[in-house]
Amino acid sequence: MPDYTGPLPVPTPESRPFWEAARRHELVLPRCRACARLHYYPRAACPFCLSGDLEWQRVSGRGSLHTFTVVHRGARGFPLGPPYVLAVVELAEGPRLMTNLVGVEPDPARIRMGMPVEVTFADVTPEVSLPRFRPVEAAR
Amino acid sequence: VRDFRRLRGRVAIVGAGESDEMGKLPNKSAFALHAEGARNALANAGLRKDDVDAVFSAGLWMGSETAEYLGIRPRYVDGTQIGGCSFIAHVQHAMAAIEAGVCEVALITHGESGASRIGMPGTRFGADSTRLQFEAPFGLAGPPTGYALAAARHMHEFGTTSEQLAEVAVATRKWAQLNPRAAMRDPLTVEEVLASRMISWPLHLLDCCLVTDAGGAVVVTSAERARDLPRRPVYVLGTGEASTHVMVSQMPDFARWEAARLSGERAFAMAGVTHADVDVAMFYDAFTIVPIMGLEALGFCKEGEGGAFVAGQRTAPGGDFPMNTNGGGLSYTHTGMYGMFTLVEAVRQLRGECGPRQVAGARVAVCHGLGGMFSAAATLVASTEVP
Repeated sequence: MPDYTGPLPVPTPESRPFWEAARRHELVLPRCRACARLHYYPRAACPFCLSGDLEWQRVSGRGSLHTFTVVHRGARGFPLGPPYVLAVVELAEGPRLMTNLVGVEPDPARIRMGMPVEVTFADVTPEVSLPRFRPVEAAR
Repeated sequence: VRDFRRLRGRVAIVGAGESDEMGKLPNKSAFALHAEGARNALANAGLRKDDVDAVFSAGLWMGSETAEYLGIRPRYVDGTQIGGCSFIAHVQHAMAAIEAGVCEVALITHGESGASRIGMPGTRFGADSTRLQFEAPFGLAGPPTGYALAAARHMHEFGTTSEQLAEVAVATRKWAQLNPRAAMRDPLTVEEVLASRMISWPLHLLDCCLVTDAGGAVVVTSAERARDLPRRPVYVLGTGEASTHVMVSQMPDFARWEAARLSGERAFAMAGVTHADVDVAMFYDAFTIVPIMGLEALGFCKEGEGGAFVAGQRTAPGGDFPMNTNGGGLSYTHTGMYGMFTLVEAVRQLRGECGPRQVAGARVAVCHGLGGMFSAAATLVASTEVP
């Protein structure tokens, strides 16, 4: 595996299970046992009711493209581009997350708001896998 | 809870000024720019350093650092940092503190070596911060990429066009041509904005603000004390501030600026003026999409109609909605935290000091600031008269 030059996440205690699951190619989110809501990014307190009674729930990895930008002048040395697609995906279960849209030309004319997407994990180092998303059509 | 509207007109901005120089200044540190702004604003107010008993400024450092540099030992310090609109929020905080009797003369300063990065305190986030864990690995590369996410969603939901975004840049440039202190004064057309390099679709280079070195400051005191000072007081009629998130990925609604709606609602309710009463508006313009979403959030037009509102050069000199008469962050100066300059220009317009760019008979001004990634907002309604 070539050396990855992009920024890598360094977990905190409350986010470590998220990144460990990503390494197994599973998308997991904290779910509040008190109010039953999922949230993202992972916190030690539910942002809806402040309860600390949380559990991890595996989610479908499916969702829709909520918004995106095609980055032409991006982070220096960022391996996906430029240009690359920075996106916000709304998961089928509700929460939104920042990600990259891959498996499609980085051209606004080829990308549709609301298009169905699914998670695909990129093993960027032996320790870190990043949850990226691709159009559902592209997987077929 | 006591009615906040009773604070209308109780304090005033009595002095305002920029740094001696603005632009690219590798010979000056961020704090030198604070000092120049402070010196000029105090002179403008007819006050001395020793009159100041409260210091407000925003940076990624201790709030008292500016006071130390300026040699002031304040009894009230406020380092509230909610992004570029912090200084507008500071006016509200100063009002509260002055009214409560905790202090009397508040100096609000800004200085930033945004371009040259001289003497700038550390701004690096830890590798395990939420930003670096949940945004940076996907290539969020500074403000343009974040604002593009909102612009794209606004265009999708409301049909806002790149031409409408460009109208903002063009109108603002026309004001800059009337301001000798503005950095960018060449004529500009909508076609030139659209032909400029794409930074992060849908934002072109000329949809983005400048990056400069500059400083500025304002002085706030009680209405009673203001009446004894040499210049016409600019009374604080209404204020508001709100914060909904920090990281752009946490923005509750990418097509609507919720913090601005909350902040504006409060400022107008306190001021007791209507939108039709506003003669001149300073809308933070880090990117062309920002004033468009701000106009909607503050109710100057309906949701989704901000693009149509700015079309036809309505905000330019001679238009019926004079906005960013200094040339804005797009063409005059943008250090990183632009909000201070909305205050300085509003004071000058209301005092009638703006020369060729003066809005005739300007009586009521609105300053509306942005913080973070549509994360926070602060709004000020000001006038030389208290209704």
